[in-house]
Amino acid sequence: MNRSHRHGAGSGCLGTMEVKSKFGAEFRRFSLERSKPGKFEEFYGLLQHVHKIPNVEVLVGYADIHGDLLPINNDDNYHKAVSTANPLLRIFIQKKEEADYSAFGTDTLIKKKNVLTNVLRPDNHRKKPHIVISMPQDFRPVSSIIDVDILPETHRRVRLYKYGTEKPLGFYIRDGSSVRVTPHGLEKVPGIFISRLVPGGLAQSTGLLAVNDEVLEVNGIEVSGKSLDQVTDMMIANSRNLIITVRPANQRNNVVRNSRTSGSSGQSTDNSLLGYPQQIEPSFEPEDEDSDEDDIIIEGNGVPRQIPKADPNTESLESLTQIELNFESGQNGFIPSNEVSFAPIASGTNTEFEMCDADQKLLEEDGTIITL
Amino acid sequence: MRRFLRSGHDPTRERLKRDLFQFNKTVEHGFPHQPSALGYSPSLRILAIGTRSGAVKLYGAPGVEFMGLHRENNAVMQIHFLPGQCQLITLLDDNSLHLWSLKVKGGVSELHEDECFTLRGPPGAAPSATQITVVLPHSSRELLYLGTESGNVFVVQLPAFHTLEDQTISSEAVLQRLPEEARHRRVFEMVEALQEHPRDPSQILIGYSRGLIVIWDLQDRRVLCHVLSSQQLENASWQRDGRLIVSCHSDGSYCQWPVSADSQQPEPLRSCVPYGPFPCKAITKVFWLTTKQGLPFTVFQGGMPRASYGDRHCISVVHNGQQTAFDFTSRVIDFTVLIEADPAAAFDEPYALVVLAEEELVVIDLKAAGWPSVQPPYLASLHCSAITCSHHVSNIPLKLWERVITAGSRQNTHFSTMEWPIDGGTSLAPAPPQRDLLLTGHEDGTVRFWDASGVCLRLLYRLGTAQVFDTDTDPNDNLNPQGEEDWPPLRKVGSFDPYSDDPRLGIQKIFLCKYSGYLAVAGTAGQVLVLELNDEAAEQAVEQVEADLLQDQEGYRWKGHERLCARSGPVHFEPGFQPFVLVQCQPPAVVTSLALHSEWRLVAFGTSHGFGLFDHQQRRQVFVKCTLHPSDQLALEGPLSRVKSLKKSLRQSFRRIRRSRVSNRKRRPAGLMGEAPESSTRAERAGLQNMELAPVQRKIEARSAEDSFTGFVRTLYFADTYLRDSSRHCPSLWAGTNGGTVYAFSLRVPPADRRMDEPVRAEQVKEIQLMHRAPVVGILVLDGHSVPLPEPLEVAHDLSKSPDMQGSHQLLVVSEEQFKVFTLPKVSAKLKLKLTALEGSRVRRVSVAHFSSCRAEDYGEHHLAVLTNLGDVQVVSLPLLKPQVRYSCIRREDVSGIASCVFTKYGQGFYLISPSEFERFSLSTKWLIEPRCLVDPAETKNHSQPRNSSGTKRASGQARNSGSQSDGEERRPGLVMEHALLNDERVLKEIQSTLEGDHGSYGDRRSQRSTAGYSLSNGGAE
Repeated sequence: MNRSHRHGAGSGCLGTMEVKSKFGAEFRRFSLERSKPGKFEEFYGLLQHVHKIPNVEVLVGYADIHGDLLPINNDDNYHKAVSTANPLLRIFIQKKEEADYSAFGTDTLIKKKNVLTNVLRPDNHRKKPHIVISMPQDFRPVSSIIDVDILPETHRRVRLYKYGTEKPLGFYIRDGSSVRVTPHGLEKVPGIFISRLVPGGLAQSTGLLAVNDEVLEVNGIEVSGKSLDQVTDMMIANSRNLIITVRPANQRNNVVRNSRTSGSSGQSTDNSLLGYPQQIEPSFEPEDEDSDEDDIIIEGNGVPRQIPKADPNTESLESLTQIELNFESGQNGFIPSNEVSFAPIASGTNTEFEMCDADQKLLEEDGTIITL
Repeated sequence: MRRFLRSGHDPTRERLKRDLFQFNKTVEHGFPHQPSALGYSPSLRILAIGTRSGAVKLYGAPGVEFMGLHRENNAVMQIHFLPGQCQLITLLDDNSLHLWSLKVKGGVSELHEDECFTLRGPPGAAPSATQITVVLPHSSRELLYLGTESGNVFVVQLPAFHTLEDQTISSEAVLQRLPEEARHRRVFEMVEALQEHPRDPSQILIGYSRGLIVIWDLQDRRVLCHVLSSQQLENASWQRDGRLIVSCHSDGSYCQWPVSADSQQPEPLRSCVPYGPFPCKAITKVFWLTTKQGLPFTVFQGGMPRASYGDRHCISVVHNGQQTAFDFTSRVIDFTVLIEADPAAAFDEPYALVVLAEEELVVIDLKAAGWPSVQPPYLASLHCSAITCSHHVSNIPLKLWERVITAGSRQNTHFSTMEWPIDGGTSLAPAPPQRDLLLTGHEDGTVRFWDASGVCLRLLYRLGTAQVFDTDTDPNDNLNPQGEEDWPPLRKVGSFDPYSDDPRLGIQKIFLCKYSGYLAVAGTAGQVLVLELNDEAAEQAVEQVEADLLQDQEGYRWKGHERLCARSGPVHFEPGFQPFVLVQCQPPAVVTSLALHSEWRLVAFGTSHGFGLFDHQQRRQVFVKCTLHPSDQLALEGPLSRVKSLKKSLRQSFRRIRRSRVSNRKRRPAGLMGEAPESSTRAERAGLQNMELAPVQRKIEARSAEDSFTGFVRTLYFADTYLRDSSRHCPSLWAGTNGGTVYAFSLRVPPADRRMDEPVRAEQVKEIQLMHRAPVVGILVLDGHSVPLPEPLEVAHDLSKSPDMQGSHQLLVVSEEQFKVFTLPKVSAKLKLKLTALEGSRVRRVSVAHFSSCRAEDYGEHHLAVLTNLGDVQVVSLPLLKPQVRYSCIRREDVSGIASCVFTKYGQGFYLISPSEFERFSLSTKWLIEPRCLVDPAETKNHSQPRNSSGTKRASGQARNSGSQSDGEERRPGLVMEHALLNDERVLKEIQSTLEGDHGSYGDRRSQRSTAGYSLSNGGAE
């Protein structure tokens, strides 16, 4: 729609909403009437129009308030996108034939910057072709079973995505004892068990955890030898991205893999983690660890933004992974300098000024994702 | 990858760690919890105290301390030193005897248990037959006489505890040897007294509870003499020459009996009921002591009129027509009188009365007129009012130290000038390296200043804040207790007074600036006092300012306690710390954090509702900030209100119980008392087991912004740093809340010449919300060299290098769950260490400490000392946040111990192991304050009298004291300061070199250093 409108009114407050759309390296900014967003088809056409790609089949995605890249492909999720955008609706457009479906979903924009760069840079190499089963709709995962290939069949590693949901985690744990196979025979050892699920809570709604499941690990840390209070504190400390490995009380629902043929992970099923710790290499290493890197800073001007990672200095050995990460994104730091001309400074807040910092260019992409 | 790197360790760093860190629990300060027995060795001049938990503590001259713990955690009932030896016998309440000895090892004496023994009777005998009631170590040093409940006296040979059955003095044997007329009565029952004849080791006195006393000839096995009293016997003892016996009885009387060889039953020489004629309580112990002047001292315990004073814990001293009943606020466990130690001396010449009460040790000077008490150099009752907080200040400048001591000495004029009479042993510990103050805040509104430099925690000065307020009771009441009548001649002694009349007076936070002498204290009812050290007494009004922390928040109603009423007019203040301004937080909730910046003359304070900044130079509030979350109703209700009233009523009922409690018989004080705690622990244990049957559940839920007490301000911090941009640094105030929020305000403090003219301005510049929302327990800014910013005025006093303002500063935020480093001025996350997610422990206390190497004189590093909720202490490195060492220190169940912990600036710490005792620990290899002392039995001191008490000596004694103190002080500070400077410089350079390049250079540096003779990296600083 008309750009002059945006210039005058600013965004959001007067029923209009600013849209920042990105296709490849190009940004377009325009405004929408928040109360009358229209239909998806019209919006699709508008995007094709502003980006001057009238006949290209594209996939449209937007960054929701939690920083997740979610698709817009029907009226419903289009309206959802419009209604939740605050103050800015950020649109990402990919060509359909080059689309990376794995980019969609929870934690995509914040957590996996490399995924984001794939979106931003569709013409570069892609790791593997993604099999499209179906498009994620206007929802995000709340839980998943992970590391099935490396865990013994008696164990289950469940990831609860508390982040972004209003639901409580909703479970209780207790002390108990379980029987383990040790070199000295069967032994009764103290353990931590799930004692209760809160109806309507995340834990219950996933169906992956049940009362009397024994908790073996919390985010890769074994709980054996730890007190109930310690395990409680560990779970709460990891509550935004909680990964618990349990031995389900009910083993009937286990996926039975054919251990004779697979060989690779066909351990004897009744071994405990204690006996074979080396087999349980957690696969969710560094990026998950930083899952709570979303501290917010409000500078004097009152605009909250997420705290970026500092440029890693050589002094920190630990930050090597971060160096790689940022380096990679640095290579793709191609946000065109003419972006500024597309997005006049008049439009807003100091966050915009910070974008101009050369070294902040990519981080800024997260920086504007505002959570409050 | 990260984990892999973390686990890979560098051997040179490991070696350096061993040079820097080491964990020791070094000494226990304060008064033993629940003492149950007292022993004294006149030859060693050493005092022993046994406790209900089975500890034995020995104290001699200041600095001479030993501690032993029985394997069985049973109460110690009696302690007896073997005459003239470095050995002692303890009797526990399980009827076992233990032999301890002080042995010299490596030039230092150590206390060890050698043997233990339980008396066995003949098979089939009742257990009471061997239940020991009295122990007499014989002067032959080989025999132990054990009186029992059955009336038999067993003989045991030391050191092997070999029972000599043929020497047992059975009650039948005694009965047979008594004349006819004494036999017809049931004269025996248990043995109450066993005493060796002072001149003739072959005679012992045996007293039986029915009232019979016999003098038994050990060689001929016959009764030399017997006396029969009509009253139950409590105790009996010889007089010095062995010609008289004094006995005390359950009816409150004591008698003096002549010892005559004829077997006629003698009449008492004199018999008296000192507090008659109405029924009196028993006198449980009596001394009759002779003096050269002829008039004896009679000292006895108990005997008060039953009806009106039966609940008092009294010890009376009678001499030359004077009589005083020393009235103790807690139960008397035991007492002894220090007398001439030489057995050949003709007179006792008592000079001091040593009383072990349940909550304190009181020593009374019997030589000085009026019998004043002597200030103990150790065994201080830390808990005379319950400790509510503590604050440690290291390396006090000499000037402040002297002023505090001067102010304190004016408060101690009522003490005797007698030198501490218990002065056995020699302390070999080196002079403390620096002057340290430990400040304890108490429930009654007092702040006590303790000399924490050495092994003896000594009270220097006591500051009361109650006089600023109008409280229910006038503080003057206590000085003049209840206007009692003249008889009995009661006199309150001791300092233990656990009853605070207004819990709102309690001190919650203390902040002392050691350079300027400014002190801020904050209390339970939202009161913040700023005080200044003044060497003169002053009469001044305290200016009052109200800080409304709720500001424009509507609809809140505070349901907690009311604020304290401050006195309006001028108040008289003694020399010392004098308050000049009172900031009253509204609502008057507990002050939860406090910071003082003496250079900027600002004080910041926080409660559960918000925080504020006050300019105490202009006496003006700079700003307040409400941190309440709108949904947090609980914070407003004043959660302590209900607790408080419960506490109050409990306190009152305890007081009632205490008043009405019948004084226990002295023999089994701990036994009778000891059973109760034991059964209760058993009940507790049973309770715990039951709880395990119905398992405890823990809810797993993420913290949310709506949780209660998110606004609770946990920490406040002043820093001069780059808050707005990287070109100009400015004063700033940082605040961290329970909900994981950090607020940063930039401050504009006018320059010194216009300080009074222009207002201090503040503006909020940043607000950081930690996503994990855990409580923020520490905030720290590191300078360009990653060294923590120095304290205010530290640089001005040349005690620290000025911080590096060139490089970029970093902000360290410590929450209960994580340590996180951010860059400044643009806040971006740089580094972090997750504690809870990895270990399940949470940070309870964190503090920066400087660790010096025990090998290289001038090498040191700044790190974080951390205490977790599991009671572990850890060292986390700065600025890379790598865990260095971890030791378990406090039991995780000991919540009050963990809550009371304070760290010093040099890697030591204190925590309460009981309401009355601080345990001191050290994480440093270098700063280790622990007793090292020698007790030599050969060198028994013959000067039994203290060396003063006359007027001239009094002055000289004082001079000597202060002289030696300041001598030491003047010699030391130069050294210490030099040392500190060198340390810091070295640290700065080390860190700089680390930053400049190689990380694994510790080892290089070390090896280089050893070859180059310690002369590198500082350009030959040696």
